[in-house]
Amino acid sequence: MHEMALCEGVVGLVEDEARKQSFTRVKSIVLDIGVLGHVEPEAMLFCFDAVSRNTIAEGARLIIERTEGAGWCLDCGKTVPLKERFGACPECGQHHVQMTSGDELRVRELEVE
Amino acid sequence: MCTVCGCGTDTIEGHHHHDHEHHDELTPVEGLIDAGGGIAGVHVPGLSQDRIVRIERDILSKNNAYAHENRHRFARTGTFVLNLVSSPGSGKTTLLCRTIEALKSHLPIAVIEGDQQTSNDAERIRATGVAAVQVNTGKGCHLDAHMIGHALDGLPLERGGVLFIENVGNLVCPAAFDLGEAHKIVVLSVTEGEDKPAKYPDMFAAADLMLLTKSDLLPYLDFDVGACMAAALRVNPRLQILTVSAKTGENMEAFLAWIEARAARRVRA
Repeated sequence: MHEMALCEGVVGLVEDEARKQSFTRVKSIVLDIGVLGHVEPEAMLFCFDAVSRNTIAEGARLIIERTEGAGWCLDCGKTVPLKERFGACPECGQHHVQMTSGDELRVRELEVE
Repeated sequence: MCTVCGCGTDTIEGHHHHDHEHHDELTPVEGLIDAGGGIAGVHVPGLSQDRIVRIERDILSKNNAYAHENRHRFARTGTFVLNLVSSPGSGKTTLLCRTIEALKSHLPIAVIEGDQQTSNDAERIRATGVAAVQVNTGKGCHLDAHMIGHALDGLPLERGGVLFIENVGNLVCPAAFDLGEAHKIVVLSVTEGEDKPAKYPDMFAAADLMLLTKSDLLPYLDFDVGACMAAALRVNPRLQILTVSAKTGENMEAFLAWIEARAARRVRA
């Protein structure tokens, strides 16, 4: 379950930021997680409680924003929505699509005090 | 448990001293996505104590920084590093033992073995006469770059050698964690489904070479090699593929040549 390791990564980034910006409490953490990535948001929420215990992030609300999948279809020459990571172009049915968004895995911002 | 980095839920056999100097070197590493310098601490109207801190940092950036550090270390010793990934039971260790037997006379070889528990695999590797460090990940489902950094402390790397990292048997998580390797090699046995590349695309997308192992069993199975290759190439058109058998030695020469050519290039560079 690599969501556990990813949550440790989130807490690590928050701790780094706390040192740099000297805040003592984190009220919320906003993550961008793409729908085509390998991350299960429910599992992130589940792991976060356990991983954040006794850290500066304890008690913070984890807000997960999903970014939609999209790719550049080489045959159609335009950006098309993608439902699967290596899926076919919904317009021409070919697999010549390069993913351009949807695998984000990022801490966007924190609400701190 | 190490209070500096939190490591310690995993155990590294043969890891005696706990040198953390490399952690300090991590902060200024090039290539680390660090938006920290330009953060605007914006005050939210009406809530003077609260601030919104924009971070925009990749969750894997810590692992990537450790991987970057490992890569530097490998460059200094001219070590060619391969990260073997697969589901459990694909025959990675058997394949590795056979590969080591063939290469050890003319290339320095070292191995890092990743498993949840036991040192069985490291012992099998050591029986071939090369150095091996076992990393037990405990509850973890993959090796990360930090564990590799620690494992390297207990593993002498001879100049111009090859380091094999046998990852935890898992076709999902290890895809996301860069260890500092030159290539990921995905190992798929013909006793698994030929649609594995479609079901677990991340791993096949992350790999540069796919080894289709246990080819000696093909006469007894309905496994469609062509369909499997097509599925793999759909998620990764640049993937190279070899069908091999560690038992009969089929195509092992081609795999050894693949390694030696790249290792030689590495040393020259």
